[in-house]
Amino acid sequence: MATNINFNRELEGIYAMWKREMTLFFRSKSRLIGSLAMPFFFLAILGTGMSGMFAMPGGGNYLQFIAPGIIGMILMFGSMFSGIVVLMDRQFGFLKETLVAPISRLSVVTGKSLGGASTAMVQGILILAIAVLLGVQIQIANIVLLLLFMFLISMMFVSIGIMIASVLQDMHGFQLIMNFLIMPMFFLSGALFPLSSAPGALQVATMADPLTYGVNGLRFLLTGTSEIAFPVCLAVIGGLTAFFITMAMKLFNRIEE
Amino acid sequence: MENAIEIRGLSKAYGQLKAVDSVSLEVEEGKIFGLLGPNGAGKTTLISMLVTMRKPTSGKAFVNGFDVSKDASAVRKSIGIVFQDPSLDEDLTALENLEIHAAMYGVPKSERHEKIHKLMGMVGLEDKIDVRVKTFSGGMKRRLEIARGLLHEPKVLFLDEPTIGLDPQTRAGIWDYIVKLNKTKGITIILTTHYMDEADKVCSRVAIIDHGKIIAVDTPENLKNTLGGDVISLKCEGGEACITDLSKQNWVKSTVKHDGIVDVRVEKGEEKIPIIIKMAEGHGVKVDSVSLRKPSLDDVFLHYTGKTIREGEADPREAMRLRRKAFKGRH
Repeated sequence: MATNINFNRELEGIYAMWKREMTLFFRSKSRLIGSLAMPFFFLAILGTGMSGMFAMPGGGNYLQFIAPGIIGMILMFGSMFSGIVVLMDRQFGFLKETLVAPISRLSVVTGKSLGGASTAMVQGILILAIAVLLGVQIQIANIVLLLLFMFLISMMFVSIGIMIASVLQDMHGFQLIMNFLIMPMFFLSGALFPLSSAPGALQVATMADPLTYGVNGLRFLLTGTSEIAFPVCLAVIGGLTAFFITMAMKLFNRIEE
Repeated sequence: MENAIEIRGLSKAYGQLKAVDSVSLEVEEGKIFGLLGPNGAGKTTLISMLVTMRKPTSGKAFVNGFDVSKDASAVRKSIGIVFQDPSLDEDLTALENLEIHAAMYGVPKSERHEKIHKLMGMVGLEDKIDVRVKTFSGGMKRRLEIARGLLHEPKVLFLDEPTIGLDPQTRAGIWDYIVKLNKTKGITIILTTHYMDEADKVCSRVAIIDHGKIIAVDTPENLKNTLGGDVISLKCEGGEACITDLSKQNWVKSTVKHDGIVDVRVEKGEEKIPIIIKMAEGHGVKVDSVSLRKPSLDDVFLHYTGKTIREGEADPREAMRLRRKAFKGRH
């Protein structure tokens, strides 16, 4: 299949796949509102409600502490969901149309990943704006690096989503993934409490959670302090993103029919 | 004349099961070619290999001169496909679905809109161009898929059960489009169906496939003529002894029993009806009704496979697929 690759057509295919994700995302208002509701309540109710009883080392309130965690959460939820939606494409047949097209699967999966990550970015940026409106103070100087880091996190989770979708047969396993993968990753990431205050065994588990490095990196970029040094976070997320993209492409390539 | 399709000893095995068993076949350019067979006979698997969705276990196949195993991209660019199951994005509009297709198949941007509008007109959907596919009826979706399959001007169009699940009137409409396409654009059409009468009307040649093997290939006319004579259908119960007796007569070409009906093939059927009725009475068999007709493709199928096309639908893989689909349909 390596023969006769038309670079322009591949690029157009990637763009078409990306555009489709964006169109579907903005078309479904309920999905957009639904996905923003939970992080909004975390910030507006849990964050402001607990502000008084929580003191961050070096100042800052609880809202300030969880804002990066909630942004990490929506990036993970949003991008992982767009990855898993590949399953629905298979169920409703559209996947077939893309799989028999004369563009490589690499382009199909690239377009989908970029699209999924972009929709997650839109959600992440909206939550960031809401956080600022609620009074969270951010380091403006880091904004470009922040957006790049957010994109890296999204690409990592969209790849994990596509991996899962390539292996599962239908949507029945989705609930299991939600309960046994997504929620534990969120709670273990240090989004809601400082890692140092957790007991030893739990701390080990948090270190094995990819989102931990995402949340800590975001926390550094947003507030200037984090429990794990930013270069470490960047290296881990960068490495894992490369690894999961490779895996997603491999597994997606294996889909028959 | 050139061959649009050339297949040599093509096989696809799933473990022990040979879904397609060393099939060899040629389809000339510009023809409408029908693959007939019950569900699970291997039609869809054969087509999947021709459109490079599945890799053959052994054998060779060329589509428009391109090797399906070595030059998948060239094959894909030169063909259009309409799958048995819908493959549209229902949350997108008709236009958006077609635009994605155009991008993936490299239809030049400057020509896209004109082509899309022309094709939508051809399938009678010009006023639905900006409507979401979700709201389309089954027949409209199928027509949109045909339009999409033609968007990149393929030389060969594959249609897997293009009329399945549609009402008779819509079915007739779809066949009209297919024939018109073939006539006006000279596109070679490969289709599968298990509506034998429809295949008879539109196909210039047909292949009968059962258990992964091609049993007969010819024009529908020739296939029916080889059977020859007339078919007398008797609706009756029991009568095994009578059938055995009948099949011993030298003027009887064959007898087949299916669905409570006995088909007897004879020459000059109108003269044989009284004789057969008398024989049945002699055996104490009560005949409810009798009909006389020329052999149809259904009879050809029955002759070669010993069963009607609907009785043959017992393949466990296919049955499972259908059950799975039915299950999904409930959500």
